[in-house]
Amino acid sequence: MIVEIGVAEVVPDRSAVLAAMDVSGGAQARPHLDELADSALRAFAKTAAPVGIVADASREEFAEIYAGAPGNAPDSVVADVFPRAEALSLFVVTLGSATSEAVARGFAEHDFAAAAVLDAVASEAADRAAEVVERRVERRLRDEGRLGGDGVALRYSPGYCGWNVGGQAALFRRLEPERIGVRLTDGGFMRPEKSVSGVILAGPRSIHRVTPTYPFCASCVAHGCRVRLRALFGRGTSVGPETPA
Amino acid sequence: MTLLADLAQALIRGDRLQVSELTCQAIAESMSPKAILDDGLLAGMKVVGVRFREREIFLPEVLMAARAMYAGMGPLKPLLVAEGVPSQGKVVLATVRGDLHDIGKNLVGIMLQGAGFEIVDLGFDVGPAAIVQAAKDHGVEVIGMSALLTTTMPAMREVVDLLRAEKLDGDVRTIVGGAPLSEEYARSIGADAYAPDAYTAVDVVKRLAGVA
Repeated sequence: MIVEIGVAEVVPDRSAVLAAMDVSGGAQARPHLDELADSALRAFAKTAAPVGIVADASREEFAEIYAGAPGNAPDSVVADVFPRAEALSLFVVTLGSATSEAVARGFAEHDFAAAAVLDAVASEAADRAAEVVERRVERRLRDEGRLGGDGVALRYSPGYCGWNVGGQAALFRRLEPERIGVRLTDGGFMRPEKSVSGVILAGPRSIHRVTPTYPFCASCVAHGCRVRLRALFGRGTSVGPETPA
Repeated sequence: MTLLADLAQALIRGDRLQVSELTCQAIAESMSPKAILDDGLLAGMKVVGVRFREREIFLPEVLMAARAMYAGMGPLKPLLVAEGVPSQGKVVLATVRGDLHDIGKNLVGIMLQGAGFEIVDLGFDVGPAAIVQAAKDHGVEVIGMSALLTTTMPAMREVVDLLRAEKLDGDVRTIVGGAPLSEEYARSIGADAYAPDAYTAVDVVKRLAGVA
């Protein structure tokens, strides 16, 4: 199923853009930085064409897709969570290619600041597009009576938490995101660049409880999982320190 | 205020049009190209670096200054080449095999060029052999490697091992960076240095290249 996503649903606000560029507190009163962010937001609105594709999968189907990824960690978050999920949906979202082309053009023309800020806007927006699809899947499952009051749908992506990025190949074969203009290069990278792929795992909140002490956690500095776990299970959840990505 | 001090100030403000104008004026006044570079453009970038480290300014402002630097280098570079003024050094940059995240690597390249280095940018998804070969072909002092995915970091070790195998590790130094990396990881794979951000990378590369 192709999912139309509005630009307004994914566009971050100016403060989020500046925060993504690590511009903090003392710079609030700098009009040139505000203008830079506003200009990037206008460029994004002109170029972005967010769209997604979603397909439900059975646990058995996903097990096959997951097993098809070369180099998965022996233990991984996805491998632990998906057998407990009551509903699974494969997804790919993209912002289209025009924004990435504008970023590349900016760098080529030495307009580094504008290009870097536009890239930050697009990165944030791509993640929000995935979030939009995640929320819509969750709502649909609730409407269909497949997700109870305590239920939560969360997305997991190849390249993170032990699921090798090569997992995208099997996922693409099943989902055919070429229908929304997303393809994999020979090297296994998604084009357009600002695209996100993965699986949305839904079920009672407890299915997502993991302890982030997998071997790959030692070299991870993102700690996005800790933020999610705390959001799900409360701030007192023992998942280690929360360090910004 | 002298013309070159004005030039440095214009660069610090990220005023590329004035940087271009003042550079051309300095050239027209027969100032030495090396003095224009050292006392105007690089002096300005040095202040930008200090202010960035002190968090008085932020990355977009550094990039505005870098753009101004390029505007000044346009008319100046042919004169520097004609006079045989050496660059600060040559650096190969690459995002390693299996990884396509190159914005951080690009920022490092921009900063290093702003600091007077010549950059050989190999792009992303570059295998260890190609990185080492480029270092040999271009006679670089430093290889800079970037990765965003934990699954691609091991390719950095392969580059370090390859340099050792070819007995190049004394001549070619290595610096690694990227979100999942750390000083400890750099040490564990035998890299010479780690930088947590693009501006720190400039200082570290200067040290590795012996021009700090």
